[in-house]
Amino acid sequence: MPSELIGIGKLEPFEGAFTKLKKGWMEEETVPPPVKAKMPHSNKVCDSLRDAIIRSNPKDGMTVSFHHHLRGGDNLVFEAIKILAELGIKDITLAASSLTTAHDPILPYFKDGTITQIYASGIRGELGKALAQGVMPKPFVIHSHGGRVRSVHTGKIKIDLAILAASSSDIEGNATGAHGPSAFGSMGYAAIDSWYAKQVIVVTDNIVDYPCVPQSVTQNYIDYVVKVDSIGDPSKIAGGTTRITKAPMDLQIARLAAQVIEHSGELEDGFSFQVGAGGASLAVAKYIRKIMKQRTIKGSFILGGVTSYGVDMLNEGLFRSIFDVQSFDAAVSTSLMDNPYHIEIPAGLYANPFNCGCMTNKLDIVVLGALEIDTNFNVNVITGSEGYVRGASGGHSDTASGANLTVVVCPSFRGRIPIVKEKVHTIVTPGESIDVLVTERGICVNPQRKELKQNLEKAGIVTKDIVDLAKEVELITGKAKPIEILDRIVGVVEYRDGTVIDVIHQVKE
Amino acid sequence: MKLITKAQAGSFESSDVLIMVEPVVEGAGRIIELKSIVMQQFGDDLLKQINDGLDFYEINDVRLIINDKGALPPTISARLETALKRAAQLQTGTLK
Repeated sequence: MPSELIGIGKLEPFEGAFTKLKKGWMEEETVPPPVKAKMPHSNKVCDSLRDAIIRSNPKDGMTVSFHHHLRGGDNLVFEAIKILAELGIKDITLAASSLTTAHDPILPYFKDGTITQIYASGIRGELGKALAQGVMPKPFVIHSHGGRVRSVHTGKIKIDLAILAASSSDIEGNATGAHGPSAFGSMGYAAIDSWYAKQVIVVTDNIVDYPCVPQSVTQNYIDYVVKVDSIGDPSKIAGGTTRITKAPMDLQIARLAAQVIEHSGELEDGFSFQVGAGGASLAVAKYIRKIMKQRTIKGSFILGGVTSYGVDMLNEGLFRSIFDVQSFDAAVSTSLMDNPYHIEIPAGLYANPFNCGCMTNKLDIVVLGALEIDTNFNVNVITGSEGYVRGASGGHSDTASGANLTVVVCPSFRGRIPIVKEKVHTIVTPGESIDVLVTERGICVNPQRKELKQNLEKAGIVTKDIVDLAKEVELITGKAKPIEILDRIVGVVEYRDGTVIDVIHQVKE
Repeated sequence: MKLITKAQAGSFESSDVLIMVEPVVEGAGRIIELKSIVMQQFGDDLLKQINDGLDFYEINDVRLIINDKGALPPTISARLETALKRAAQLQTGTLK
């Protein structure tokens, strides 16, 4: 890893999950949030997004931020970038909390110099492919959800303009995602943008009478309010519940993971729990729910990305509360609105390592996925088998470092591609944070967690050395040729404390 | 093995491979059109496995169109064997 990179500056190498936190404070200086003033009874409402953007006085080299709570239905990022491009703005840094395949349409602006750098927790689809192919002059930065908050505090991400979608807002900019025709749930990632951006535009398709309740973002941070016809595709924003997978292999992995959790020593009254929304990961919740009912265990809180499945568990009394930084499906928003124990939290409270204790620090059990995991338990959730960026760091490293028991669930290979292997292409979460890997072909306990291994053995759960598992997988699939890469670094992966845990090279085509 | 007719085995499903066999005139050699979603990682292995299979059945003149969706080696062997035997009209069993 180089010590410095043009477009980013000095790179501080990762030296352990808690090396920086142990000090008890953050050494980097923080920047003050802007202080603004508005005359009484002045009008914030703009005729159009274009009008609001013009009033914000956009400039070359600016940083524009967005949240990704509209999931796959997001059209706002594209609309806003299009307007900025039409205004002739160049050299924009795009700081979105995450980018998904819904953002594929902004690819042309990567190529014409409109957008020249990206900060995001995840990048997928055409964008991830193009970035790995080296389309952008400056390296992109992948951060965790907690790490993003730190980067805004330190001014590493200096937001000039935050454009925040809301499913309901009043004319002063008190806004929420909890209700309205495009209700999407929590606005957890947007809070920090509203506090720190020099200018903030709230964009909504639903203006409500003053005051808008609940106030996910509040008027004292909002410069402009725009009513648009549509913030995106409501069928993808507000559509449906997340279903538990029916794939037999995912269910088998989930069943094994639930056994591991049951006998880990962590599944006790008052435990806290987080699962991802992906196949096997969410399916674990199904089996844990069953075990909790059988053993009449009552949990303390569900954290994180929240699905309607988590809401069901809250309503059944299996957990006392949900802390919701991001809603994975729109069915969640009703609960967020009506249930006082379903609480919206900002990303800093969720996962920022530099405060007096984020909620991931209180996690007992987290179940996470992986694109790849190596024999040192390092996890890749960002680059795919071709070397393209096609995933998200998200809360992976945040929750893994905080939880007492971090379970990674994934198949040992997908198609013919080994998942458990000697070396991952990109490290996002360090192996020291992972306690146990559960695959359809074996359960591997991190050798550092001797007590966990004993607990599992006592319960008759057979474990396997991860090196043996990787060899077994290679015998089945054959030895995959490594991804061919060039020297040029196109992106860096930040650990949650701001150090660089890995870099992403341009792929050779 | 002497190939008599066009034949195929396999499917376009994930983790499977579709192999199409076509007899060609003697001396034409092995014409192999290989497409795979794991070309970068396993392209060479795939080609070697196919050639080893053709060696085993002593087939030197053939046109093969292979579309691989990440099949494991045993799957590839099985699909190749079946496709070749169908083309040679040697297959036995219920699918005869």
